[in-house]
Amino acid sequence: MNIALLLEMAAEAAPDRVGLVCDGKRWTYRDLLAAARGAFELIEQSGAEYVALLDESSEAAVIALFGAALAGVPYCPLNYRLADTDLAALLDRIAPALIVGDEERVIRLSGDKGHTIYSREEFSLKAQETVPDADDREYDPGEGIAVQLFTSGTTAAPKAAILRHSNLLGYILGTVEFAAAEATDAALVSVPPYHIAGISALMSSIYASRRIVMLPAFAPETWIKLIETEGVSNAFVVPTMLSRIIETLDRDGKTDLGSLRSIAYGGGKMPLEIIHRALDLFPETSFTNAYGLTETSSTVALLGPDEHREAHSSSDPKVKARLASVGKPLPTIEMEIRDDEGKVLPAGEAGEIYVRGDQVSGEYKERSALTADGWFPTRDAGYLDEDGYLFLSGRADDVIIRGGENMSPGEIEDVLLTVPAIADVAAVGIPSVEWGEAVGVAIVTREGCDAPCKDELKQLIRGRLRSSRVPEKIIFVSELPYNEMGKLLRREVKKILAD
Amino acid sequence: MKPGTRLKSAACDTEVMVIRCGDGTIECGGAPMAEAKPAEAAGLSETHANGTLMGKRYVDADSKFELLCVKPGKGSLSVNGVALVTKDAKPLPASD
Repeated sequence: MNIALLLEMAAEAAPDRVGLVCDGKRWTYRDLLAAARGAFELIEQSGAEYVALLDESSEAAVIALFGAALAGVPYCPLNYRLADTDLAALLDRIAPALIVGDEERVIRLSGDKGHTIYSREEFSLKAQETVPDADDREYDPGEGIAVQLFTSGTTAAPKAAILRHSNLLGYILGTVEFAAAEATDAALVSVPPYHIAGISALMSSIYASRRIVMLPAFAPETWIKLIETEGVSNAFVVPTMLSRIIETLDRDGKTDLGSLRSIAYGGGKMPLEIIHRALDLFPETSFTNAYGLTETSSTVALLGPDEHREAHSSSDPKVKARLASVGKPLPTIEMEIRDDEGKVLPAGEAGEIYVRGDQVSGEYKERSALTADGWFPTRDAGYLDEDGYLFLSGRADDVIIRGGENMSPGEIEDVLLTVPAIADVAAVGIPSVEWGEAVGVAIVTREGCDAPCKDELKQLIRGRLRSSRVPEKIIFVSELPYNEMGKLLRREVKKILAD
Repeated sequence: MKPGTRLKSAACDTEVMVIRCGDGTIECGGAPMAEAKPAEAAGLSETHANGTLMGKRYVDADSKFELLCVKPGKGSLSVNGVALVTKDAKPLPASD
């Protein structure tokens, strides 16, 4: 089955309904399907082995995604924020490709690799103008790869994660009700097109017949304005976006999000302070926390709106703590926590998160990471509590091993974050002659506060955790390094601490 | 039959996409479905005329068969004469 089915069904059921708004231009489902079929012709003519997007979000992302699917060629959106040398390496890895976006950069970095290059405008226009040669075009049956994404590589060089048509359809058909959106519903998409959330947002919105409102480059002011002008009902944000939106509303003295009924968030750790604040500020808004990975076609666990409200207002510490969880696994997902030997751990014990399900690919171009019986070791660490809520404690690769004892940075960070003068903190492993690895901590002091005393911080960790967790080195920095999705770059923190 | 095969009803407008398939005959409106429409339409059986709904998934009791309705019609779906039922979608909040 081909993911293009999602768009075909939306166009079959409501051809004249507006499916996408971008830069003031409105596209019906009929327009989008016609353009995807036009793009299919362009891709076939080019002989490309990949279709890449090197651009911000626009209608071209939808047209290229479904055009590539019809042609049976992987769609590979690229991170335009990458430095030239990193991007050049990726461009070479996908040659020859049909590339939409920054023509100048592609020519300069990978000009002799046989790529076919279009600007965004040219591609969208040509795709609309190109009418398939015959009415009965044979489209790809969708038995292969639909999307290839280079992972962000926070711990190593980018890997080429592949998502098959069957994975993505498994996710959408299993979690989205066809055409369930109200005619007035609209989803504001502001995550970059090269992120899995940016791709799944397109597919789930189209299958639900929820109008997509594209925000190519996030700025809180434009985000707030688009909600008003387009009557947006749903939005997905990463934690940094939410805190900037709140700051902007505060500054302008606004407390109303108008038509916005629900906010979903994910992509990185949401500071508790911000989500509590958001729940107070917008008492009518539904909040959903989604946890997922590129290799799992997006969401595998979520904390729903009612659970947010319950945790926010509860006096029961166990219920209140759930606000820091990522909720429960989807009904279509199996999840286990396992130790280093692969033994399944009981509730409350932390280990590596394993998932299994139709939507889980766990496959890279070079190799599959799945176990023989189809489980994907996520490399994320965490535990399930006795009620089945999943708590994350960082990447398994981030675990600090001090003298043979495993410790997660999260537990140390959580204790330090209870100190009012600390705004942000990262704990990482630093080389130690005596222990192999020891704990190093980088702290951002809250504005207007004095840096806390290092000895008191050590004392606090010793008292709340145990002496092995006490940092050997503490430094104060003005900010921590994050990528644009709000993910902490721990290898950068390690470098800062090593200096 | 392979997942992804598109089947058409001989008795009405219904079209389905095969998601999962076991051994048996997939029918709509009481008549076997096929990849091509027959030259002459089959009559709609009165006992298999509850209609199909666009975007709904239909399954048998053992979950051996799963069909996605991609075009609705007047007939209803069955396997070897036993009616299929709609698979209840688990309502989830939009997470992306």
